[in-house]
Amino acid sequence: MDLLQIVIVIGILVLIARPLGHYVYHVFSNESNRTDRLFGWAEKPIYALIGLKHRAGMGWKRYALSFIVTNFVLVAVSYVLLRAQSGLPLNPNGIGNMEPTLVLNTVISFITNTNLQHYSGETGLSYFSQMAVIMMMMFTSAATGFSVAVAFVRGITSKGKTLGNFFEDFVKAHTRIFFPLAILVTLALVALQVPQTLDPTLSVTTLGGAAQQIAIGPVASLESIKHLGTNGGGFFGANSAHPFENPNGLTNVIEILSMWALPAALPFMYGRFAKSRKHGWVIFSAMMTLFLVFLVVSYTAEKSGNPALNALGIDASQGSMEGKEVRFGIAQSALFTTVTTAATTGTVNNMHDTLTPLGGLVPLGEMMLNVVFGGKGVGLVNMLMYAMLAVFICGLMVGRTPEFLGRKIEPREMKLIAIAILAHPFIILAPTAIAFLTELGKGSITNPGFHGISQVLYEYTSSAANNGSGFEGLADNTPFWNITTGLVMFFGRYISMIALLAVAGSLARKQWVPETIGTFRTDNALFTFLLIGTVLLIGALTFLPVIVLGPVAEHLTIR
Amino acid sequence: MSDKRKKSMFSGPLVAGALKASVIKLNPAVMMKNPVMFVVEVGTFIVLLMTLFPGYFDAKDRIGFNLTVFLILLFTVLFANFAEALAEGRGKAQADTLKRTKKEITANKLLSGGGTKTVPSTELHKGDVVVVSQGEMIPGDGEVIEGLASVDESAITGESAPVIKEAGGDFNSVTGGTRVISDQIKVRITSDPGETFIDRMIALVEGAKRQKTPNEIALNTLLISLTIIFLIVVVTLGPIASFVDIDLEVPVLIALLVCLIPTTIGGLLSAIGIAGMDRVTQFNVLAMSGKAVEAAGDINTMILDKTGTITFGNRMASDILPVGAARLDETAAWAAISSVQDETPEGRSVLEWMRKNGKTYETAMADGGTFVPFKAETRMSGIDLSDGRQVRKGAVDAIRKWAIAQGGSVPEDLGAQADRIASEGGTPLAVAVDKQIFGVIYLKDTVKPGMKERFDQLRAMGIKTIMCTGDNPLTAATIAREAGVDDFIAESKPEDKIAVIRREQADGKLVAMTGDGTNDAPALAQADVGLAMNSGTTAAKEAANMVDLDSDPSKIIEVVAIGKQLLMTRGALTTFSIANDIAKYFAIIPAMFMLAIPEMDALNVMQLGSPLSAILSALIFNALIIPLLIPLAMRGVAYRPMSASRLLSRNLLVYGLGGIVAPFVGIKLIDLFVHVWI
Repeated sequence: MDLLQIVIVIGILVLIARPLGHYVYHVFSNESNRTDRLFGWAEKPIYALIGLKHRAGMGWKRYALSFIVTNFVLVAVSYVLLRAQSGLPLNPNGIGNMEPTLVLNTVISFITNTNLQHYSGETGLSYFSQMAVIMMMMFTSAATGFSVAVAFVRGITSKGKTLGNFFEDFVKAHTRIFFPLAILVTLALVALQVPQTLDPTLSVTTLGGAAQQIAIGPVASLESIKHLGTNGGGFFGANSAHPFENPNGLTNVIEILSMWALPAALPFMYGRFAKSRKHGWVIFSAMMTLFLVFLVVSYTAEKSGNPALNALGIDASQGSMEGKEVRFGIAQSALFTTVTTAATTGTVNNMHDTLTPLGGLVPLGEMMLNVVFGGKGVGLVNMLMYAMLAVFICGLMVGRTPEFLGRKIEPREMKLIAIAILAHPFIILAPTAIAFLTELGKGSITNPGFHGISQVLYEYTSSAANNGSGFEGLADNTPFWNITTGLVMFFGRYISMIALLAVAGSLARKQWVPETIGTFRTDNALFTFLLIGTVLLIGALTFLPVIVLGPVAEHLTIR
Repeated sequence: MSDKRKKSMFSGPLVAGALKASVIKLNPAVMMKNPVMFVVEVGTFIVLLMTLFPGYFDAKDRIGFNLTVFLILLFTVLFANFAEALAEGRGKAQADTLKRTKKEITANKLLSGGGTKTVPSTELHKGDVVVVSQGEMIPGDGEVIEGLASVDESAITGESAPVIKEAGGDFNSVTGGTRVISDQIKVRITSDPGETFIDRMIALVEGAKRQKTPNEIALNTLLISLTIIFLIVVVTLGPIASFVDIDLEVPVLIALLVCLIPTTIGGLLSAIGIAGMDRVTQFNVLAMSGKAVEAAGDINTMILDKTGTITFGNRMASDILPVGAARLDETAAWAAISSVQDETPEGRSVLEWMRKNGKTYETAMADGGTFVPFKAETRMSGIDLSDGRQVRKGAVDAIRKWAIAQGGSVPEDLGAQADRIASEGGTPLAVAVDKQIFGVIYLKDTVKPGMKERFDQLRAMGIKTIMCTGDNPLTAATIAREAGVDDFIAESKPEDKIAVIRREQADGKLVAMTGDGTNDAPALAQADVGLAMNSGTTAAKEAANMVDLDSDPSKIIEVVAIGKQLLMTRGALTTFSIANDIAKYFAIIPAMFMLAIPEMDALNVMQLGSPLSAILSALIFNALIIPLLIPLAMRGVAYRPMSASRLLSRNLLVYGLGGIVAPFVGIKLIDLFVHVWI
């Protein structure tokens, strides 16, 4: 049964990813096609409103500047709204203003598509904030990531100086992808009993006579974009483990597919842009292979249960159910966990802090790599960066200087890629070390020993990968954690985005080298294998020592 | 290829010099240029301090271990320095031989008022004219402006057979340091002191002006980033481990760092580059920069002259065919008269044909005539007789136009005869006197043996070959088919070559070509790899980025192979170096934590004897692999022409998989030894 559930979900994903990828290609190819007729009418007034008449192509610098300024404006607006939410409308539960470092953490968290939540939605946010700040940023941050990925792909696959127009991409991502899909998913979730209301918290009297407050609100709409945009910030503190966010197995599958389909579709979009569908398959296969490895580890680790409990003679036939919802069981929980950290969504339907050590290694590892499908656009861009690295290292072995998609990888590109591959381990390991050096950091760790290391490592890895899930045992709503994770999320998002956009800009300007039999092929199974090898050698080995000190040591000592 | 200057890789004095240099290179200011090894050196220094002042570092009970780590690290740095010094040393040895030829040469400078003055060669400047007689050294690079002499160029080419240098034409350039062995010539000096060909050659082989190529810079960037990444990993590991009360010793952390950073490729990278240049030089080709050698590996299109490169070019007259109303005897006689003063192989072969076939002609007719040399523009040569008649032989269409221009008519069977000769792979030369065309000379040309196989190999590497020839399309097509080139340009003029190069380059292709004449110079400069012949003109040599001292144009094919081999060696060792990390991790990580967490033994897949011996074994392997790979770095990885996919699979198997497996085996073996003592 377990296996069947997993196979069916993966099967559906593979079926929808390709057509969806081709659809996304048509949206962004800037050639007239059927999607224009469907959505053109809605976009024209928007373009008119923002004064976007010519929609001229932008060089990488303008593109980067445009998305940064747009993000900055959104952050500023959100900051003000959260600081003043008590006085704003749609606050039936009378929730007060947010504390400044928490606001800083929250706005960075949502604009960077991380959705690390150091607050609890039902007690920390008004309905207005949920909709105007949280949901708004869930749409815009996803659209930003998508646009940057599209611009990157355009740069490495086309000739010319421009990567497209950011504002046009940004609008289209909303009107043609996120809004239509969000409406469909919302309706499906509402049909499956997820609440969607502006009524205040329900006060009911339980059968035992006690008074109980039941938080409700516009949950379904947030839930849809939370997954579609690989955001992950829950309406409630318990996130998708909460029965109103994710009431049953079917909603669980819908949520898994919502967050997984678009990242999985992007390789196929890239294949269309590269005018070689094989290239799309190479990237997709590499991602899927890594994913399956992680899924197998996660599932078997959880299924075999907690060795410490097993040793006490407790029945382990159900697997390690601590922190999991009975309605999902091991299969749906393991799959959800593997997908949410692969697609760097960060939504959780079980508590990652209570995963078995090796089960907890899976989300940690996927976020450290940040290429197993990856978040909105970022995963594809990172994977393509690793493809360039693979070409650079192994391409020489065919006796030519390295070329990717007919473009030479030269010092300028390597310098920019170096920035991106350096930033990721730095912003994870350096703050982790600092947290252990200071009392401010150590004070929040609730577990001694190796699990404590995992907790801290997970928090920063999740921030750096813009995932947002947490080992919730960490008492992280303190100025130290709010500020450090805020910075990590910020750098994690923007450094690599800007560096890689610059790579795309530089590659776009290059003279193409024609393909011959002497060219290093990047569209076959061997390259898929090389790509996986490069990801593991460059991306994974970096984190091996800390992984060994955290989850592996924990596993070895309790087994 | 000349083997005369080839040296064994590890001859005594070379090794001694390299050993000395590897110690001198420990100077931090020098080491800074190689950031990967500089990090190792800093680590070495820290461990040295801990060994010398154990009290200060609270490491009194670890002196033995720290000393061992220090020594291994020191040798790691020394090995890397040795590799570089050895590569440089071989170039230096070559430069020394060259310098000997530069020793004081005196020159007989021609004064403006007539007469000569003896001056040292170092005082000669551009434009000076010197007289060089039999037995004297030519004092500087220049052009022969008067006379003819045979010159011994063995000092630069290694070839002992003398070459003829004469005024005018494409064989007028002479090189300083070579010796005139017969006759006397006047030479106009074309370079200022310190800028002569030999000077440049010395600078090149010494590696003094060696600049990193773009690919080396990019690879260096990657290596530096990997170094920084692992620096971050190691520096942060201490505080993180302190949370679970594991105290990591500094020397152990340094050992981990040194094992993880790409020391193997970092130590060998510059040696690979220098050795690649050196291989080209040993092949008697002078590359003006490492970039040119790498570009050779990237070549997509190769433009080759037919004559001399693909065919022997000694186009011998094999028949003479009259056309129209002409008789054989008169046609042959006119062909001979046009060739009396013609010193080209074609011309001489006509006279030879006459002798063999017992034909006679009136030699006196040519007396007093003026020879009209062959020009690429007119594509004919001949003689203007003293009675005013003009005798010409040359390309059929050129002669046809020439005759028509004088009001002559063209015999009907001329075209048929010419086509027949051309279709058989021969070259027809028409013979005319004023407006009458008498017949055609059938010149035969033969493709050099082995060319077809070489072009097949080039095709397998994805390189397109284009043959350039002045022949007509039919002749060109026949030779092209016989030689197996992909494309050809018939009746090409020098400017056609440049057009082809530009066209190919516009498609993003890199183009290589060879040339020797002055009119090849623009194309040589335009090409990404231009190989000039040493026998060629100064202009051609200046424009090219490589010079072949043996003047063998087909060498361009080997130069491409050397370029590819250089790049492959770099890629193979990089892959090997990075793949090594897996085994080193599995040696050191469990060892680091085993004392505090005994369960870590599960990760000790190699079953190494003890934590200390595991760390030392990984370090020793890491150090020893550098000298073990020096021969490979110097010689280059084995290269046979084949498609990129097959090359990749093969190299991945050897250097990728080998890079993963070798250290597991190596570290285990070393551990078996080390464990005996620890």
